[in-house]
Amino acid sequence: MSYELLAPEIAVAALGLLVLAIGLLLPAHSRKAVGYLAVLGLAAVLVLVIANFNREAVFFAGVYQVDKYTNFFRILFLSAALLIFMMSSRYNHLFGERQGEWFSFMLFATLGMMIMVAAGDLITVYVGLELMTISFYVLSAYLFDDRLSAEAGLKYLIIGALSSAVLLFGMSLVYASSATTVFTEISGALGSGPEQPALLAGIVMLIAGLGFKISAVPFHMWTPDIYQGAPTPVTAYLSVASKAAAFSVLVRLFLSAFPGLSFDWHLVLAVLAALTIVIGNLTALPQTNVKRMLAYSSIAQAGYILVGLVAANSYGLKGLLFYALLYVFSNVGAFAVVTAVEVEEGDAELESFSGLSRRAPMLAAVLTICMLSLAGIPPLAGFAGKFYLFAGAIQAGYLWLAFIGLLMSMISVYYYLNVAKAMYIGASRREERLLVPTSVSTALWICLLGTVFLGVYPGPLSGLTELAIAIFSIG
Amino acid sequence: MSDFPILSAALLLPILGALLIMILPPRQESSIRAVAAVSTLASLLLSLGVCFGYDQAKGGMQFVESIPWVRDLGVSYALGVDGISLPLLLLTNLIGFSAVYASWHTEERVKEFFALLLLLISGVMGTFVATDLFIFFLFYEVVVIPIYLLVIMFGSSKRVTKEYAGMKLTIYLLIGSAFLLVGLIALFVKGQALLGFPSMDIGTLAGVDFPVTFQIFIYCLMAFGFGTLLSMFPFHAWSPDGYAGAPTAVSMIHAGVLKKIGGYGLIRIGLLLLPAGARYVAPLIAILALGNVVYAGIICLNQRDLKYIVGYSSVSHMGYVLLGIASVNLISINGAVMMMFAHGVMAALFFAMIGHLYQQSHTRNVGDFGGLAHQMPRLAVGFMLAGLASLGLPGTVNFIGEFTIFVGAFGVYNLLTILAISGIVITAVYILRTLGGVLFGPRRSEWDHLQDLRGVDLVPLLVLGGAILVGGILPFTIMDLINSGVGQLLVQIGPGSVGGIF
Repeated sequence: MSYELLAPEIAVAALGLLVLAIGLLLPAHSRKAVGYLAVLGLAAVLVLVIANFNREAVFFAGVYQVDKYTNFFRILFLSAALLIFMMSSRYNHLFGERQGEWFSFMLFATLGMMIMVAAGDLITVYVGLELMTISFYVLSAYLFDDRLSAEAGLKYLIIGALSSAVLLFGMSLVYASSATTVFTEISGALGSGPEQPALLAGIVMLIAGLGFKISAVPFHMWTPDIYQGAPTPVTAYLSVASKAAAFSVLVRLFLSAFPGLSFDWHLVLAVLAALTIVIGNLTALPQTNVKRMLAYSSIAQAGYILVGLVAANSYGLKGLLFYALLYVFSNVGAFAVVTAVEVEEGDAELESFSGLSRRAPMLAAVLTICMLSLAGIPPLAGFAGKFYLFAGAIQAGYLWLAFIGLLMSMISVYYYLNVAKAMYIGASRREERLLVPTSVSTALWICLLGTVFLGVYPGPLSGLTELAIAIFSIG
Repeated sequence: MSDFPILSAALLLPILGALLIMILPPRQESSIRAVAAVSTLASLLLSLGVCFGYDQAKGGMQFVESIPWVRDLGVSYALGVDGISLPLLLLTNLIGFSAVYASWHTEERVKEFFALLLLLISGVMGTFVATDLFIFFLFYEVVVIPIYLLVIMFGSSKRVTKEYAGMKLTIYLLIGSAFLLVGLIALFVKGQALLGFPSMDIGTLAGVDFPVTFQIFIYCLMAFGFGTLLSMFPFHAWSPDGYAGAPTAVSMIHAGVLKKIGGYGLIRIGLLLLPAGARYVAPLIAILALGNVVYAGIICLNQRDLKYIVGYSSVSHMGYVLLGIASVNLISINGAVMMMFAHGVMAALFFAMIGHLYQQSHTRNVGDFGGLAHQMPRLAVGFMLAGLASLGLPGTVNFIGEFTIFVGAFGVYNLLTILAISGIVITAVYILRTLGGVLFGPRRSEWDHLQDLRGVDLVPLLVLGGAILVGGILPFTIMDLINSGVGQLLVQIGPGSVGGIF
C-alpha cells in the first residue's frame, strides 16, 4: 500500500501540533510567526495534494479511500483554511495571547474534514466529524470577553452533541440491518426488495444528523445565533468548509451505500432542499446585521447545494462539487470584507457598511461581487454553479425544485443589494480611508478573481469535477 | 481582414473602456469622459461597418465567431448577426453613443458613472450578437446590476424614491428572468435528450423537433420572462417608475434598447425554437398587447410628469410590437422589428431632451412649463421630432413600423387590430397636448435663464433625430435588411396557423 498518499493528513496533524507547541514557546511579541508557519505549512500540503491528484489508493479494506473525489475536497478544505488564515491577520489580535492555539484548532478542524471526505465507513466518518466538531466548539467560543461568542460556543456544544447522538443512532441502525459499517459492503448486504423499518429509521437519522451540519431546514435553528456569535473567521470557515465536509460525506454515503434502495430518499432530500431554500432566503430578507444575514443566506446556499444530491446525476453532482468550491471563494470573500469592517467599526451592523465605497472601494467592490455571485447573477461563478445544479434537477425530473430554487435566488438579490445600497449611497459615520493589510488584500484578490474567473470560464473546474465524480456509477 | 473578429471587438471595446476608467484616478474627469466617448464611438463605427459589410443577398448569420467554451454544457462563445439582430445592434450603439453625450454634465462620481454605463452598453450589445443561449442569458443578466447601481447612485426622486424605483425595476426583471432561466434549462435538457449531445447553439436547437406540449409550456415561461422585460401588460408596472427614477442615460438605454431584448428574445428564441408553442399562445399575447396599447395609453392621458408620459407611452407602444409578434407572419414581424428600432431611437431622443430640460430647470412637471420654444428652439426641435415620431407621423421611421404591423396583423386579428389602431388617437391626444403645453404659448420669463442645447448637447439630437428621419424617408435602408432576416426565420419554422389556446 502506498502510505505516502496519507501524507496530507499526517502533515496537517503534525503542523497542528507544531503550531501549538511553538505558540506556547515563543515570547508574546513574536507570536506572529505562528501565523506565517501555519500558512506556509498549509500551502505546502496543498501543493502536495495537487501534485498527487491522480493517484488513488484504498486503505484498510475500504475504510479509508484516497481517490480524486477525496483530493478534490482536500483541495477545497485546504484552500478555504489558507484564505481564512490570510484574511484574519488583523482580527487575530482580538485573541490576544491565544493566537497559537487558534491556528492549531483550525488545523485540527481541517484534519477532521479531510478524514470525513476520505472515510469509507461509518465509524471513520464519525471520528472525523467529531474531530472537526469538537474543534469548532472551542473556536466558536474563542472571544472570551464577548457574551455572544460564549453563548454561541455553548449552543453549538449542546446542539452539536445532540446531532452527533442522532447520527450515531442512525449508524447503529444501519449496522443492525447490514452487519457492516463499510459503505461498499452495506449496499451489497442490503440486497433488493422492500427495506426493513429499522433501516429506514437509520437512513432518516443519518439525514437528520448530517442535516444539522449542513444546516438544512428543519435542522437549521442553531445556525444564525452561532454564526453571529462566533469570531467572524470561524464563522466563515464553519459556513464553507464544515458544510462542504458534511456534503462530501452525504454524497459518498448515499451513492455508494444506498444506491439501489426502493425507498425514495431523493424525494425526501428534494423536500428538505426546497424548504431550506425558501426559509433560508425569506428569513434573510429582514436582517439588519450583515453577519447574521450571511448566516441565513448560507442556509439557503446549503439548499442549493443539496439540489445536486437530489438530482444525483452527472450535472447535479458536478454542480454540487462546483458550487461547494465556488462557495469557498464567494463566501470567504464576503466574510473577509465583514471581518475587515468589524475590526474597524466593532460590529457588523448594516450601518457600519454605509459609505464603504468611498472609504474602501476595493472592499465594497469585493463584497458586492461576492454577494451577487451567491445570488447567482452571471457572469459570476454562482450562476455557472446554479446552472449545473438545476440542469441536473430538471434532467432528473425535479422541475418544481428548479422553479423554487431559481425564483428564490432572484429574491435573494433583494437583501444582497440592500448591503450594496448602503455601501454605495449611504453616508458613512467616518471619512478616513479604511486600511487593508497586504495579507487581507491578497485573500480578497484571490476570492474576487476566483469568483469572476469561474463564472466567465467554468470549463476547467467542470472538467476537474467530472474527474472527481467518476468514482460513482451514475447515469 | 475577413477573419477579423469585428463583433467581438465592438462588444469588448466598451468593457475595455470601463476597465481603463476604473484604473484612472477619479479626478481626471475629462479623460474619463473621453475614454467613454471614444470607446462608444468605436463600437458605433464598427457596427456601422458590419451593417455595410452584411451581404443581404446571402442572408443568414454573418460575421460568425465561435470558440468552444464549456464542453459538457455544449456552450460556445458564438457570435453572429442576421437581418433581425443587425438593426438592434446598430440601435444599441446609436443610443449608447448618444447616452454618453447626454450625460456629459454628470458632476459627481464620474468614474463610477461611466464605468457602469459602458458595462451596461456592452451587456445589451452582447444579447443581440450572441448566437448561443448560455451566452445570450449571461449578457442579459449582466445588465441588471449596473442599472440598479446607476439608478440608486445617480437617479432622481420625485413621485417615488430612486431606491424604490431601482429595486422595483431590478426585482421585476430578475423574477422574469428566473422563469426564463427555468425555460432555457428545460430547453437545454430536452434538447440534449433528443439530440444525444449537449448543445446551447440556437441554430442547432432550432433544428430539434420538440414535442408540442413541451413547446407550449416553455413558450409560456419565455413569454412571461421576455414579456416582463418588454413591459407586457400586466407585468409593466416597473417601467414608468423605473424610468422616472433613473438618470437620463439609463432611461435612454432602458427604454431604447433594453426593452427590445424582450421582443428580440420572443422572436429569436421563442418563435425560432418553439414555433408550435408560439403559434398556440399567440392569441393570448395579442390580447395582452391590446391591454398595453389601450390601458397604458389611457393612463398616459392622466400623467403630468414628462418622464411618466414617455414611460407609459413606451409601454403602450410595446403593445404594437407584441401584436406584430403575435401575428406570426412576414409583414407583421418585419413591422415588429422595425417598430423596435423606431421606438428605440424615438424614446431615447425623448429622454435625452427631458434630461437636458430637467438638468436646467429641476422640474419635469408639464404644468410648470410653457412657451419654451422661445428660449430653447433647438430643444423644441428635438421634442417635436420625438413627439411626432411617437404618434407615427409619416416621414418618421415610426410610421413605417406601425403601418407595417397593422397591415400584417389585420389579416390575423381583425377586431383586435382595429382596437389597437385606436392607440394612435390616444397617443396623438397626449403627445400633442404635452408638446403644446410645454413648448408653445406665450413666453414665460421665469424660464429665461435656461440654456438651449449647444456643443456636445447637440450630439443626441443629431444622431437620434437623424436616424428617425433617415429611417422614415428611406425606409428600405433598414426594411430590406429586416425582411431578409425575418423571411429566412419564417422559412425555417415552416408554415402553420395561429391559435389554439382559446
